[in-house]
Amino acid sequence: MMPYLLCLILFCEGLYCVLRKRNLIKIIIGVMIMDYAVNLFFVLIAYKMNGRAPILSPDTTIMNMVDPLPHALVLTSIVIGLATTALFIAIAIRIYQKYGTFDITKIKELKG
Amino acid sequence: MIETSQIIPLFVAIPLGGAFLTSLTSKKLNWLADILGIGATLVLFVLSLMSVRLVYLYDILIYKVGAWNPPIGIVMVMDGLTSFMLVTVNLVAFLIACYSINYMEKFTSKWSFYTLFLLMLAGMNGVIVTGDLFNLFVFLEIAAISSYALVAFGTEKHELEAAFKYAIMGSVGSLFILLGIAFLYAYTSTLNMADMARVIKEQGASNVTILVTVLFLMGFGFKAALVPFHAWLPDAHPSAPAPISAMLSGVLIKSLGIYALCRIIFNVIGMTTPISNILMFLGALSMVVGVFLAIGQWDFKRLLAYHSISQIGYVVLGIGIGTPLGILGGLFHLFNHSVFKSLLFLNSGAVEYSTGTRDLKEMGGLASKMPMTGSTSFIASMSIAGIPPFNGFWSKLIIIIAAVQASHYWYAFWAVLASILTLASFMKVMKYAFLGKLGEKWNRIKEVPGFMQLSMLLLALICVVGGLLVLPSVSEVFLRKASDALLQGVDYATTILSNV
Repeated sequence: MMPYLLCLILFCEGLYCVLRKRNLIKIIIGVMIMDYAVNLFFVLIAYKMNGRAPILSPDTTIMNMVDPLPHALVLTSIVIGLATTALFIAIAIRIYQKYGTFDITKIKELKG
Repeated sequence: MIETSQIIPLFVAIPLGGAFLTSLTSKKLNWLADILGIGATLVLFVLSLMSVRLVYLYDILIYKVGAWNPPIGIVMVMDGLTSFMLVTVNLVAFLIACYSINYMEKFTSKWSFYTLFLLMLAGMNGVIVTGDLFNLFVFLEIAAISSYALVAFGTEKHELEAAFKYAIMGSVGSLFILLGIAFLYAYTSTLNMADMARVIKEQGASNVTILVTVLFLMGFGFKAALVPFHAWLPDAHPSAPAPISAMLSGVLIKSLGIYALCRIIFNVIGMTTPISNILMFLGALSMVVGVFLAIGQWDFKRLLAYHSISQIGYVVLGIGIGTPLGILGGLFHLFNHSVFKSLLFLNSGAVEYSTGTRDLKEMGGLASKMPMTGSTSFIASMSIAGIPPFNGFWSKLIIIIAAVQASHYWYAFWAVLASILTLASFMKVMKYAFLGKLGEKWNRIKEVPGFMQLSMLLLALICVVGGLLVLPSVSEVFLRKASDALLQGVDYATTILSNV
C-alpha cells in the first residue's frame, strides 16, 4: 500500500506546484512531476513480487510473469510528456522574450 | 476485392500523410501547401459521407490493426456515432481549409499552419474512430498538442500567454484522463473498450468505477470546457488565428471532450442516474454562466468564445437527460453548433481581415461594405439564438421538449432563458458591428477574397437547410443511428465482440 500512497503524494505535490507557484518554469516542472507520478502508478500496477519478464522460449515455462503492457504504455506516455514539455519550454522562452519576466503575476494582459 | 472496413484507417492515415508531405515539400511553395491541405480535407469529407452510407448498409464496421483480434490488438470501430462525428469534423475542416487559403496569407509560414492543422485533424479523427482506450489517449494528445501550438501561432504577447495557459490546463486535464485509464486498466486488465465494458458489466459497479468516472469527468470536462473547468477557453480561442478558432470551438472541444466522454460513460462504464444528474447540472451551469459572461464582452471573438461554453452546455444537458429524444437533440445541437459557431468565427476573422480590429465599439455599418460577411453572420446569429427556420431552433426545441418530457422543468426553464440571453447578445453584435452608420475610417474597406466568401456562404447554407436533418426519413440514416449507438449502452461490448 505504501508505494501507492507515496505515488499519490507525488501527484498531489505536482498539482500543488502547478496551482501555487508563480514562476513559469516551476509550473512546467509541476506538470512534469504529475506526469512522472502517473507513469510511476502505471509501473506499480504491473509490478509483481519476484516476477519475471514474459519472454517466450521453447524450453522454459515462466510461472510468475509481470504484465508487460503497462511498460509499453509508460514508454508512449513518456514520449508524449517529452513533446509536451518541449512545447511548454518553447512557449515559456518566447514569453520571456516578449514580457521580460517569468512571473505569472506580471503576465496578465488577457482579462474579462 | 478490398474489404469495406479498410476505409476506417484512412481517416487517420490521410491527414497524417498530408501533414508529413506538407512539412516535407511546401516550405518554399505556398500553393503546394494549399493544394495538399484542401485535397486531404476534401478526400476526408467525401470518405466521411461514404461512411454514413456504409453504416446504413452494415450497421457496424470493425478494422483490426495489424490483423490482431481484439482484445489483444487495437481495433478501429465505425458505428453510427462515429460516422456522425466524422461528417461533422471533416465537413467543418474542409470549409475551414478553403477559408485559410486567403486568410493565412498574412502569416509568414503557411506550410507549418497546414502541417499542424492536418495533424490536429488526424488526432481528432483518431479519437473518433478508435476502439481502444489508450489509443484514444494518444490521439487525444496529438490533437491537443498541435492545438496548443496553433493557439500560439501568431507568437505575439497575447497568443503566447493564452497558449501557455491553455497548454498547462490542457495537459493537467490529460493527466487526469491518463490516471483514469490506469485505474480502469488495473480494474479490468484490458484496454479494449468493448472488452472493458464486458468486464465491468460482469464485475459490477464499484468504488473504482465511480472514481474513474469522476476522473474522466474532470479530464474530459477540461477538454470540453464545461463550466468549472472553462477558464482556458475564453483566452485560447480568441487568440488563435480565425480558422483555428473556428476549428477549436467548432469541433475540437466536441470530438475531444463531448464525444470521448459520452463514448466512455455510455458505452464502457454505463450510464446511471447520478451521472445523468451531474451531466445535466454541469450542462445547465455552463449554459447560464457562459451566456451571462458573454453579454458583457466587447471583443468579438471573446464574446463568441463565451457562447461556445454556453452552447456546449446545451449539448451536455441534452445528452445528460438520457432519454432517446434528449440524446438525439444533444447530438443534433452538437452538429448545428459546429456549423454556426465556425461560421461566426470565420465572420469575425473576415471582419478582422478587412478592418484589423476585433473591438465591437469601433465597428459599425460594416454590412454595407461587406455584404457577404454581414448576411452570413446574420444567419449564423439567428441560428445560434434559435430563431425558427434555422437549424439552431430545431435542436434547442428538441432539447427543451426532452427536458419537459423527463419532467426536468427547471432545466427547461434555464435552457429557454439562456436562449433569450443569447439572442440579446447577438442583437448587440449585429447592432454594433454590421448595422447602423458606417464609421468614417471604414470608407475604404473591401469585402474579403473569394475563397473566404465561398466557405462562409456554404456554412450559411447548411445553417438554413440544417433543420431538415430532423425529418424522419433523413434522421433515420444520420441522427438516429448516432443516438442509437449511445443508447445501446454497455451492450456495445456484445455488438463489437460478436462482429469481429
